[in-house]
Amino acid sequence: MTGVTGDATLDVTGLWKVFGPKPDRVVGTPLAALSRAELRERTGCVAAVRDISFTVAANEVFVVMGLSGSGKSTLVRCLTRLIEPTAGSVRYDGDDIREADPRRLRELRRHRFAMVFQHFGLLPHRRVIDNIGYGLEVRGVRKDERYRRAGEVLDLVGLSGYADYFPDQLSGGMQQRVGLGRALAVDPEILFFDEPFSALDPLIRRDMQNEVIRLHHEVGKTMVFITHDLHEALRLGDRILIMRDGAMVQVGRPDEVVGAPADDYVRDFVADVPKSHVLTIRWVMRPVRADDPLDGPELGPDVVVRDAARLVLGASSPVRVVSGGQLLGLVDDDAILRVIVVDDERRGASRAVAAGVDTAEAGAGTAETAAVEG
Amino acid sequence: MASVTATATAIRRGTGRVRRSWLIVGTLVAWVLLWIPLRGHDTLPLPVAQLRPLHQRLNDLNVYIGNHRASSPFFTGFVNVIRSGIADLTTFLQSLISQPSYDRPVPVVGWLGVVALAVLVGYVLANLRMAVLAGVGFACFGLLGVWQESMDTLAATLAAVLICLLIGLPLGVWMGLSRAVERTLTPVLDFMQAMPTFVYLAPLTLFFLIGPASAVIATFVYAVPPVIRITAHGIRGVPESALESSRSLGATGWQSLRTVRLPMARRTIVLGINQTTMCALSMVTIAALIGAPGLGQVVVHALETLDVGTAFNAGLGIVIMAIVLDRVTTAASVRVEQGYRRGVGAAGLGGSLGGRLSRRAGRRLLLAGLGVLAVVAVYLSYTFVWAAVFPASDSGGLLGSGVVRGINAVDHWVQLHLNSVTDGIKNVASYGLINPLQSLIADSPWYLTCAVVVAICLAVAGPRTLPVTAICLALLIGSGVWQDAMVTLSATLLATVMVMVLGVVFGVWMGRSDRVDRVLRPVLDAAQVMPAFVYLVPFLGLFGTSRFTAIVAAVVFAAPVAVKLIADGVRGVPAEVVESAASSGSTAWQTIVKVQLPMARRALTLAANQGLIYVLSMVVVGGLVGGGALGYLVVAGFSQISLFGKGLAAGVAIVMLGILLDRITQGAARRGGARSGRSYWMGRTY
Repeated sequence: MTGVTGDATLDVTGLWKVFGPKPDRVVGTPLAALSRAELRERTGCVAAVRDISFTVAANEVFVVMGLSGSGKSTLVRCLTRLIEPTAGSVRYDGDDIREADPRRLRELRRHRFAMVFQHFGLLPHRRVIDNIGYGLEVRGVRKDERYRRAGEVLDLVGLSGYADYFPDQLSGGMQQRVGLGRALAVDPEILFFDEPFSALDPLIRRDMQNEVIRLHHEVGKTMVFITHDLHEALRLGDRILIMRDGAMVQVGRPDEVVGAPADDYVRDFVADVPKSHVLTIRWVMRPVRADDPLDGPELGPDVVVRDAARLVLGASSPVRVVSGGQLLGLVDDDAILRVIVVDDERRGASRAVAAGVDTAEAGAGTAETAAVEG
Repeated sequence: MASVTATATAIRRGTGRVRRSWLIVGTLVAWVLLWIPLRGHDTLPLPVAQLRPLHQRLNDLNVYIGNHRASSPFFTGFVNVIRSGIADLTTFLQSLISQPSYDRPVPVVGWLGVVALAVLVGYVLANLRMAVLAGVGFACFGLLGVWQESMDTLAATLAAVLICLLIGLPLGVWMGLSRAVERTLTPVLDFMQAMPTFVYLAPLTLFFLIGPASAVIATFVYAVPPVIRITAHGIRGVPESALESSRSLGATGWQSLRTVRLPMARRTIVLGINQTTMCALSMVTIAALIGAPGLGQVVVHALETLDVGTAFNAGLGIVIMAIVLDRVTTAASVRVEQGYRRGVGAAGLGGSLGGRLSRRAGRRLLLAGLGVLAVVAVYLSYTFVWAAVFPASDSGGLLGSGVVRGINAVDHWVQLHLNSVTDGIKNVASYGLINPLQSLIADSPWYLTCAVVVAICLAVAGPRTLPVTAICLALLIGSGVWQDAMVTLSATLLATVMVMVLGVVFGVWMGRSDRVDRVLRPVLDAAQVMPAFVYLVPFLGLFGTSRFTAIVAAVVFAAPVAVKLIADGVRGVPAEVVESAASSGSTAWQTIVKVQLPMARRALTLAANQGLIYVLSMVVVGGLVGGGALGYLVVAGFSQISLFGKGLAAGVAIVMLGILLDRITQGAARRGGARSGRSYWMGRTY
């Protein structure tokens, strides 16, 4: 799940969404530099999305994360024009969606992207199978073809045998599987997820995350995933965009975000992440000194600390970090232990603070819950 | 938290409220003091047979329109087309089920066919119980000897409901989709609903003449707002998440409407149809005054000849029709809700597949059976006289003549033996309450009454309501029937006070006790469904023709709405606030007076508002049973050509009274921190 492959499928540049009276006067003027609160005071406008730019490559899982009110849900709706952006461009394979007329926009929505919603957005008066086939029905697919395809998807999302149920007869997790199935049924190029699992309880949430990872392996779609759960972001994301007050704070791979937070906000955010699970040894290696023994074992720079620990601690000499035949640095016991011990202390502390909350998820899960709900 | 804020607000408001109530008391005292010397001066009286120039001009207008009805393109190209179209529709329905038609001595479908169709429709729309109810109910019409009249009423009601749905459903959907349409339509619908039923009638006859067409149009005007409003409400109430997901998959607006909004609003829409149907039935009976055929006619004639037995018998027919229509359409809305999951069923998860299948097969089988039965019955009733004409309809029906005789006997007995009691009640009320109040209001000089109304408006509703109040008062004076309006106003106010007393007593009782609520609520629901007309009959039997009869009928008509609103208000007080009052040692009385009623203030003002409007509309109908004043003038306007203009002016005066009372109480509600109570209008279910 690391690395970016292929060309950019989705290319977002300078995207703005301003709610309020006469939003156009904000973008590209001195007003745009004001903080959210000041802007609201001065103009009555709220800048939900401020000057966001990023690209998503084919088959990449791109996560947008931020606390509630940070504008991430607005952002994802702007990408499919469920909410009309105020300024900027959103290009799919070079086509600017903002220039699409209603018919073209509908075509794009019917064929090229699909979305999974936080509150599922299922149609209560339709059976599971008809919910899953809804996108195809809207597209005008014949009934038998629709049911055939919907049946396949039903199996894919693990709902075999539930075709004739109604949504309110299913648990939350299963309902979201229906939502996922509905999105997959139209065989889109890009899947958008708007906090799909935040309405589910933690164990189900973990299940569903695994489901997404599995599906990504099986069907290999490009995914844009919105979440407020840092742990979820780190688990799923090839890259993560962190938003605050509508603006972009940092974009990077999970280990970049944890290892080199862009500012205090992100640092605070990732403070409680079990770093040994995320950081690669690139982030803990030190330069080679003259008196170093160079007979230790060899590892690539992208190995996660936790996975490298046994080897490093077991070796008599520091491990050499090598990439492309070139020696980048060394990792010794001290470096590994520093990361792991800090994690361990954090975990103990957070457990003492919020005993009983999601112990399986340990540090990150607990801290995340506290940060978001507190 | 909420209760703390509420308390704080109450404290802040407290001083203002005290000052306001002193202002009102002061105004009333000043009124009485000034009334003593000024009584009888400048009261703008007008004997029934006398006309003011305005009334004469309206008469002339009536004649003028009459002369141009056949020649003016506005009439030949527009009004007359609508009139004949609606009349044709009504006549067609009548020829199917009630009137001799197509050169036959009997209608196309006789009683047997209609009863069988009623059973079938009851089953298709709802369930077996409703099918039985419909069959028994329809058979009762024949047994009561009012088969043909009932079918006339049904035909007129169906015609009106058809037109309502044809226009109301699309309009409701549009209003649900577009805020602009909603903003445009809402005041129009408000106005249509705030007008007492009586006042549509005269202007309609001006254009559409007396006859079924006018009656159906009047019914349409009265009955269409609920279906528009409730449909819009349902369409708008569809959760954004469902719509968004449909949009995200590329559904067009039309696809979203068809696959998401309409199915999800289905139940609400059927409830709207229920409300519209009940309104239509109620209005069709009243529209008998302008020529609507059917049971209403029987009631009107019987009321005019004081034949309580016949009026009661026909009233019973109306009640039965109301129950059948209401129950079947209500059950239909429940069924619609379950309908889409007939395949699985709510119990489908637990129930065995076999059980499910056999239940479905059973329903299909029964449906087919009833269908065949209906076809056979329709054929029989088309072919044979015994199946076309209800047995014993010449002699007043198997039960009907008995009912008429029995009720007349009871009425006779009451008048003989209970005379002292009923007269006692009537006299005490008349001399103790009605006369003094009427004297105060109607015998004051007009300028004094106006000044009092303005002062009370300022004290209760604030300056924002002042312009409307002033305009209404001016038009009341201009209508030339000022003193009659004041008599009607006094009856309305008195009845409203009684409604509020009943409302508070029963509302608090219901609000505090689940058991009382369970017992009373269905009774009140049923009472609200009853057409206004039927309330007149029993009180006419008890009290004869008098103002008192009209006032009592109005009180009984309006009480259910007020009771339910107040009960809901009391019920809505958070449980923990009541508990905290109890835990600090309050007696039940203290809890009611210090906690529950003050916190249900919004419901109280709303109840007063709705009570006033209901009472006004009924007090006016009371013109038929001796209520006099504006109501009598309106009725007289239909029957005497020379009084047409005056009746029309009386109608305008009623509207002005309605707007005046509505605005002042709405203003009071607004001041009390309440929002407009329009959605409570039809009382039930939404």
